[in-house]
Amino acid sequence: MSKFEFPPSIKSRPVYGTLEARPGKGHLMIADADGAEAIMDIATPDLMAQTHIIYIPRGTDFADKLRSLNPAQFYEGPTYAASVSRIRRVLQDAHMGLQVYLAGTEGLMGQAQNEAMMAGIPHTAIQTEHRGSTARRMQCVHCKGITEDVETDPFVCSHCGLNLFVRDHYSRRLAAYQGVCIDAEDPGNVPAPKGIYE
Amino acid sequence: MSAAPQKAKPGAEKIAVNVTAVVPLNDLVTRFEFQRSDGDLFPPFSGGAHTVVTMDDNGRHRLNPYSLMSDPADLTTYAISVRRDDEGRGGSLFMHRNVSVGDRMTITYPVNLFSLDLRARKHVFLAGGIGITPFMAMIAQLEHSNGNWELHYACRTPALGTYVDELRYKYPNKVHIYYDDQNQAIRLEDLLDGQPLGTNIYVCGPKGMIDWVHATASAAGWPDANVHSEEFLAPQPGEPFEVRLCKSDKTITVGEHESLLEAIERAGVEAPFLCRGGSCGQCETNVVSHDGTFVHRDHWLTEDQHASGEKIMPCVSRFAGKSLELDR
Ligand code: FES
Repeated sequence: MSKFEFPPSIKSRPVYGTLEARPGKGHLMIADADGAEAIMDIATPDLMAQTHIIYIPRGTDFADKLRSLNPAQFYEGPTYAASVSRIRRVLQDAHMGLQVYLAGTEGLMGQAQNEAMMAGIPHTAIQTEHRGSTARRMQCVHCKGITEDVETDPFVCSHCGLNLFVRDHYSRRLAAYQGVCIDAEDPGNVPAPKGIYE
Repeated sequence: MSAAPQKAKPGAEKIAVNVTAVVPLNDLVTRFEFQRSDGDLFPPFSGGAHTVVTMDDNGRHRLNPYSLMSDPADLTTYAISVRRDDEGRGGSLFMHRNVSVGDRMTITYPVNLFSLDLRARKHVFLAGGIGITPFMAMIAQLEHSNGNWELHYACRTPALGTYVDELRYKYPNKVHIYYDDQNQAIRLEDLLDGQPLGTNIYVCGPKGMIDWVHATASAAGWPDANVHSEEFLAPQPGEPFEVRLCKSDKTITVGEHESLLEAIERAGVEAPFLCRGGSCGQCETNVVSHDGTFVHRDHWLTEDQHASGEKIMPCVSRFAGKSLELDR
């Protein structure tokens, strides 16, 4: 699958790179959906012998391909929420020299990066590669509720029901973009939703 | 007390001090303690900060940076420890020979280019020789907050182990000493292995040691952001050269044993500085024109900037050739 080129934006917006194998004492790779392909692109038998993969397929069929890379450990989780306790446990037991690789959707990478940062890894040392859906994890700045996988702008907050404008303003702490009420001045005057990058 | 040092004036803001103690520690190292001449408290500083001491050596001004090694919680006294360098440019010799209790001197506000990362889960200090000084202040600082640290300190011989006895006495479980003359060496790879996530490592010592720590840590997968080092370069002597200072309309000659920055100051032209050791960036100066080659020695400018011939760091870098014009 070809990679989506995000348009240039404000400084707040995260930028993602391309995974590369780096020297380390251990490797933790966390991916969802098409993010599996980014792992397959850098996998070598030597690297996989020291790698723990945590993968959330989200309806794709890459899990067996990842398993066949023979990573030292492989975990397949039904959702990110179901996998997060595993991620925390791995980070808790980890030592300096661990390399962290994140691939897939922005929501997955943002949340997993947050866990790694809380475990003491500087965000500059965490590798990321965007693959697959460009949907965003959004926080409603009014009710603070999080809506996952937002594809259109504007969208309706899944918690408070306000019509929200999708901003590029990003919070690393929340791993979410900010959504701001679009019709506060003139209630009901809401432009027709279109794709975020249309 | 005056406000925090704003960069209104060139150089760093100065404090008049009295020398209150001169304590020889061994054959090479002496501690100097200062109190403010006005009786006030010193400005607060954090472990790793340095001050630049002005020495009046028969009319010649020497300005040398030294790490503050006293407890940052004690603002009545600042202390530095100076290693005598018989082959150096004379600053440390001046301190050892000419400075005694009761003398008045000026020092600059502290500046920290080597601070603790307080987000770290653990701090590992690696000191070589006189590189112990910033860690004395960092350790004192961390002890006040029950910080998690350990020190690995390489010295030439037990007789030259500056502060070894004190450190071992106070922190017997955290301090590890290695003597060169007993063929003891820091086993860095083993030491790095198995450190908890979020460990930060700090190295202060000879250049070879600093490079070794950076290279070994990065080969073991440590992020650069977790490896901190400080190396102040001393200006090196070189052939005298002439410089035209455009803004001040002066032509000066930089002597064999003085730095370009010192020559500019000697001519009465104020120039900014903080570290005088090629690492802070404060003295960066634009080159107006040149015919010759630069001898860049700083850690500040990029290689491209060095190659461009558009900038020079006068605290450590020199020039050889026909003419040099600076925007100063
Ligand atoms: S004074 Fe710090 S780089 Fe020159």
